[in-house]
Amino acid sequence: MQEIHSFIDIQKSTNTEFVQRSTDSICVNESQLKHPWWYNLKYLVVGMFLGIVFIKAELLSWFRIQEMFRLESFHMYGVIGTAVAVGMTSVWLLKKLNIKTIYGEEITIHPKEFNKGQVIGGLLFGLGWAMTGACPGPIFAQIGAGFWSSIVVLLSAITGTWVYGYLRDKLPH
Amino acid sequence: MLSLLQQPWAWYVGGALIGLIVPTLLIIGNKSFGISSSLRHICAATVPANIKFFKYDWKKEQWNLFFIAGIFLGGLIASTLLANPEPIQIAESTKTALTAYGVTDFQNLIPTDIFNVGKLGELRSLVLMIGGGFLVGFGTRYAGGCTSGHAIMGLSTLQLPSLVAVIAFMAGGFLMTWFILPFILNF
Repeated sequence: MQEIHSFIDIQKSTNTEFVQRSTDSICVNESQLKHPWWYNLKYLVVGMFLGIVFIKAELLSWFRIQEMFRLESFHMYGVIGTAVAVGMTSVWLLKKLNIKTIYGEEITIHPKEFNKGQVIGGLLFGLGWAMTGACPGPIFAQIGAGFWSSIVVLLSAITGTWVYGYLRDKLPH
Repeated sequence: MLSLLQQPWAWYVGGALIGLIVPTLLIIGNKSFGISSSLRHICAATVPANIKFFKYDWKKEQWNLFFIAGIFLGGLIASTLLANPEPIQIAESTKTALTAYGVTDFQNLIPTDIFNVGKLGELRSLVLMIGGGFLVGFGTRYAGGCTSGHAIMGLSTLQLPSLVAVIAFMAGGFLMTWFILPFILNF
């Protein structure tokens, strides 16, 4: 695994589409392979698994989020802490053993750069998180679980993202 | 076995399973765990409106849309086949405090006396659903990620900007919960 993949550097200097697509995002698809659409179904399966965990570990519960921010329960801290510990160990192992993807491609981590957005945007998201009791992932699981009010929250979140895109150049970064 | 799955899962089970999403996505296709970007792809696919931020080939990130469709299906499966018949167990102190703020329904995972399409006419429901949702969408993109992207993926890969973002998420959450939410709930 490489921290800064040479491919990204080349893309950054030559490909404005890539620069645009990777702006303010965590996940950037760097695969050069062309697969039929149904190869994406494996992400659907992983998502399904995650959706089940969101419900069963009660991560999408507004009450659990209130408990967390009121410091009255360890549950959410335990979940996030364990997830980070397992994720960190896995990434370390992937790196150590130089594991490639199932298609033989190099595994790459897109490095984040500091900007004011992490503070200002982070604060705004935190306010919204405590209000709705949901980060973006759980919203989709809530809708699946039949909480129709979450469709309203989702539409509003999409609107929020759109307005951010509209104002982006005027905001401090 | 089924009754074991129907009970709420312990924090270390849920946490470990979520942590394993990180290497799974990397191994099956070199994808970084992150969910909030899907909201941007939805904008880019539906109403790009000639805005620079939405002018990119969203189809290259369509895996992310399959991923959120899966989360939706997972919610459906868990709430039907694996549903917990008992009301949610939360800390008594949280329950007491929320009751004092006028939250009455503790049966479901979310308070359906507030989060309810039929309650959109009530100011507190409107503010929490519409205002809260807006801040989630605006804030996550401004921050460049949400709990999955920054807290889990970012911290797993030892990225300092993600740590800053997570501290900001928590600060915003504490601020809302302790100083603003009590007013909103009493509207």
